[in-house]
Amino acid sequence: MKLVFALAGNQNCGKTTLFNQLTGSNQHVGNFPGVTVEKKEGEIRRYPGAAVVDLPGIYSLSPYTAEEVVTRDFLLGEHPDAIINILDATNIERNLYLSLQLLELGIPVILALNMMDEVSASGGSIDIKAMEAELGAPVVPISAGKNQGISELVDRAMKIAKDHIVPARVDFCKGPVHRAIHAVAHLVEDHAAAAGVPDRFAAAKLVEGDGLMLERLQLSENEVEMLGHIVAEMEGELGTDREAALADMRYEYIETLTAKTVVKTGETKEQQRSVKLDNILTHRYYAIPVFLGIMMLVFWMTFGVFGTFFSDLMAAGIDAVTAAADAALTAFGISPWIHSLLIDGVFAGVGSVLSFLPVIVILFFFLSLLEDSGYMARVAFVMDKLLRKIGLSGRSFVPMLIGFGCSVPAIMATRTLASERDRKMTILLTPYMSCSAKLPIYAVFTAAFFTSYQPVVMIALYVMGIAVGILNALLFKALLFRGNPVPFVMELPAYRFPSGKTVALHMWQKAKDFIIKAFTIIFMATVIIWFLQSFDFRFNMVADSADSILAAIGRAIAPVFAPLGFGDWRASTALITGLTAKEAVVSTLNILTGAGDASSLNLVLGQMFTPLTAFSFLTFTLLYMPCVAAMAAVRRELGSAKQAAAMMLYQTAVAWVCAFVVYQAGRLLGF
Amino acid sequence: MDGENRSSGKRLETLDRLKVGETGVIRVVGGEGILRRRLLDMGLTPKTKVMVRRRAPLGDPIEVNLRGYELTLRLEDAEKISVEEVKE
Repeated sequence: MKLVFALAGNQNCGKTTLFNQLTGSNQHVGNFPGVTVEKKEGEIRRYPGAAVVDLPGIYSLSPYTAEEVVTRDFLLGEHPDAIINILDATNIERNLYLSLQLLELGIPVILALNMMDEVSASGGSIDIKAMEAELGAPVVPISAGKNQGISELVDRAMKIAKDHIVPARVDFCKGPVHRAIHAVAHLVEDHAAAAGVPDRFAAAKLVEGDGLMLERLQLSENEVEMLGHIVAEMEGELGTDREAALADMRYEYIETLTAKTVVKTGETKEQQRSVKLDNILTHRYYAIPVFLGIMMLVFWMTFGVFGTFFSDLMAAGIDAVTAAADAALTAFGISPWIHSLLIDGVFAGVGSVLSFLPVIVILFFFLSLLEDSGYMARVAFVMDKLLRKIGLSGRSFVPMLIGFGCSVPAIMATRTLASERDRKMTILLTPYMSCSAKLPIYAVFTAAFFTSYQPVVMIALYVMGIAVGILNALLFKALLFRGNPVPFVMELPAYRFPSGKTVALHMWQKAKDFIIKAFTIIFMATVIIWFLQSFDFRFNMVADSADSILAAIGRAIAPVFAPLGFGDWRASTALITGLTAKEAVVSTLNILTGAGDASSLNLVLGQMFTPLTAFSFLTFTLLYMPCVAAMAAVRRELGSAKQAAAMMLYQTAVAWVCAFVVYQAGRLLGF
Repeated sequence: MDGENRSSGKRLETLDRLKVGETGVIRVVGGEGILRRRLLDMGLTPKTKVMVRRRAPLGDPIEVNLRGYELTLRLEDAEKISVEEVKE
């Protein structure tokens, strides 16, 4: 028999660590249908046929955020055999709040009290037996990071799932709330059964004023009215409203429960350490310099010494393999076009993208450290005020910053954002942060046209990217994402050492993601570009790429760029090849102009462009659609090819308009 | 509750106006929709003790300690929570 377990819990309670302990590397990452909320699934080690689904980290089963709704739908619609509810034992009151709602679902539940080692180390204790008796469900103390208690947890979870042992107790309320819930449960019994929702859970949600549940149950007008009466009576008796009444009832029960079962000795060592660390890391004056220092170190390690070393190593390896394949193909007398397809198309294309891999893996190593240690939440805390003005929260700061290195990991990093709205908006904005692959283009053009103002022009380009990004954010906020953003009410978890396994798995997943992309969408794109570049319309291979289909397309679309000042077909062709990787703009210009080396390219560019048209070209390069690797990342993270395509078109249109304004304004000003 | 207040004459404030290091007991949680629900879900319910730990370097948001954990919220949201100050 196949068993499905749902893993549910708050954020920062060690859920991912437990999931990794349960499944090892045997995981499948996808999205929940229709939303970009991550869904991880895996088989429990040593229990073939038992699957565990990692649900998003949530604090309540309220009907507001995509994460909460997805969790509800999964629990109510997919009927998992049991819920493994993980709790942070050092912060048990707030963690139990979700548990009380999970216990109402009529599904077997087991509570895993994580970080029990920290509780005991600080002299605290929890009476497990008493808690089990109170809650009517099994409770297991564990320490996911140290792999303690996991096998007992799995054994007992198996038992309640196989024997379908549902929680013995669902009533945690008393007084007016209790009466209201029971009256409503009775009222909606039939509707709940028809909708496949446990009546007790339905009643609690209805009393709370949950719109989604009301819709789902399809009550008659009469019943809605009776519900209103019951709730009004309860509110009158309590002197408070329905939402506060239920939250209050749950926390009140939790306080009695913990008073009976939990011995607390003040703050744990980890919590005390966190307060001390935060005195520096979120200090009034030191916080921002320290943050910038950390980010500079990360960038330097990733894009500087460390990353360059590995990228060079990787490139050398790819070159060696390419050379060997080249020799072999020649030796076997393979036809020239297959030879060219493999060497110039596949090897060159996929190879150039694969050489990014070390950078991505290293960057995610650092990001994973920052995220899992709890520092990222502090960055959000420190930077929130800046980003709020453009309709985002502090959480979006880090992905956008990474965008200056490479859009691909930046877009992949939006996964950590707590709300779908923020995630989408950040994905839309990240490509405006000029990535490092565009630097060679800026370098060539500024060297040719702006020798004495090189740094000024460079900085102007970066600032322009950020400015266009901000303008877009304001526009998106006003038009696309008008709804209320998820409030920035966020936990600052205690600093903890990240588990090596979690960091390693995180790196491996991002690397796998990228390799799959490299061999699917990027592979296809490079083969198409190769084909267009190597053949003419009669499908004969061309000796001079000026005769290729690509050049013909370049000529055909060149007039589109005439109003921007650069109607030369070689410029438009270079922009197309720039879609494989932005550096390709320079190499294509080199090939098409027959320049060969840097100084002669300088000369040729001087004939093709004026300083004004060169700046217009740079503006377009800065802003137009990103490379295929980034497109693939956008498509995956947005979860929709259509939305990704719309974003690409939109970005290119923005680039066109901006370059147009630059060129025409420049002409009017007499440049 | 009410009798206690009158006798001790405690100051009524909104959470955003407490100074760093000050502690308050929540009286009413205002706001609406998703914000209010989030505040309640995170344990900011009436009678809960909240201590203001610090302000972010740019002055906003604030970090508070309640129910044994640290929470951050914006001043505009903290304004919706009325507390009575207690001397520790």
